[in-house]
Amino acid sequence: MSAFWTLLKRDLLLQVREGGAVGTALGFYLVVVTMMPLGLGPDLNLLSRIAPGVLWIALLLSALLSLPRIFEADDEDGSLEVIATGDLPLELATAAKALAHWISTGIPLALLAPVLGLLLNLELSAYPVLVATMLAGTPAISFLGAVGAALTLRVRRGGLLLALLVLPLYIPTLIFGIAAISAATGGPSGFQASFLILSAISLFSLVIGPVAAAAAIRFQTQ
Amino acid sequence: MTKAAMNPQQSLTQRLANPTRFMELSGRVLPWLAAAAALLIAYALYLVFFVAPDDYQQGQTVKIMFIHVPAAWLGMLGYALIAVSSFGYLVFRHPLADVSAKAAAPLGAAFTFLALATGSLWGKPMWGTYWVWDARLTSMLILLFLYFGLMALRSAIEDDALAGKLCAVLGLVGVSILPIIKFSVDWWNTLHQPASVIRLDGPTIHPDLLWPLLYSAVGFSLLFFALHTKGMRNEILRRRLRSLTMAEVDRARTVSATAAAE
Repeated sequence: MSAFWTLLKRDLLLQVREGGAVGTALGFYLVVVTMMPLGLGPDLNLLSRIAPGVLWIALLLSALLSLPRIFEADDEDGSLEVIATGDLPLELATAAKALAHWISTGIPLALLAPVLGLLLNLELSAYPVLVATMLAGTPAISFLGAVGAALTLRVRRGGLLLALLVLPLYIPTLIFGIAAISAATGGPSGFQASFLILSAISLFSLVIGPVAAAAAIRFQTQ
Repeated sequence: MTKAAMNPQQSLTQRLANPTRFMELSGRVLPWLAAAAALLIAYALYLVFFVAPDDYQQGQTVKIMFIHVPAAWLGMLGYALIAVSSFGYLVFRHPLADVSAKAAAPLGAAFTFLALATGSLWGKPMWGTYWVWDARLTSMLILLFLYFGLMALRSAIEDDALAGKLCAVLGLVGVSILPIIKFSVDWWNTLHQPASVIRLDGPTIHPDLLWPLLYSAVGFSLLFFALHTKGMRNEILRRRLRSLTMAEVDRARTVSATAAAE
């Protein structure tokens, strides 16, 4: 297990020291959300109504941008093959790397969301719910995204392909994230149900993601 | 190769999984399968246009159903076939399973697209619009995206064997998430709009409409399997041709290398 924590710590350190990685995702998030009122018009009532959806979709896209980084650098310098042949099961290694992606990208994006909510005139009562659903839902983005990143590891210009593969898999997370927010802000009841299902989807991807990603990496590093 | 095909020690599936054996058997079955599909579809179309009555509310547009429903069912069957083939390829390493998965993807995508296209043509006179964000329509559209993803991944990887393995992983991930997507889309639909579409439910459909539908469904299923078999045969031939070409290139290379050495 100590190998797992070492790998996680290494990945997080790399993310921080490399610089740019986290900042780019956050900057992209800010720019995409800013484009929305420019495209839809500055009507604050409209913006406040669609704010949860805009924030969630922009978050998906921003997280998507940083997915290739999960395995790319390690594959280029050969350390991925070392990890694959090491004592730590590859499933745990991919889990550590996906977890590092969640901590370094998912959590910052979720924490930035309320600030962007101000730009979209999101109701104040929705802020805690927004952050809670995003924190509960973003693990699914990282862990399912790791599968896509592993599948497109050796594909040249795989970024677009990655989006095509992974975005349909994010639909349940998106739907229940929005459902939980709209339930909490005066929609039909059922916040708890939506939130629990959202968490269940994240737990499900926590299991399936590392296994599938490890299988995909094993085929490619053999 | 032929000796291995005749080995009585092998189980039935092992014998069927032998490509040579498969080519031999499918070559014999395919014409019958195709003929049966053509006859059944022709008979179903005859029933649809000359026997089955028009719906008292929908008029002639109800005839779209006889293409739409089988296409939707085959679109889903295609993904089930991919899932089973992917499992067979990853677990049992049958080369034929990969061939089957590869042949099923464009077929399933085509039938899913056909279901969506006929559905929207049906929707225009019935609902007054080509597209409604109905739960079924939305999940069929997402199924189409999953097919696109599988085909795009396969075409992006040059190495056939690696592409097969990675597509099998994606196929299994897709099939495990598909029920969740279906469930979430149903949930989303009931949250956003009440069910506004009256649909023909199985038992309430009149026998005069049910029989042509059944013939049409069986006919299109046979067509699907005929096309799938043909697609598998083409793929096997393509791979053989490729390995022959590679062998030829290798031979030419050794010849030129020895010539250069001399």
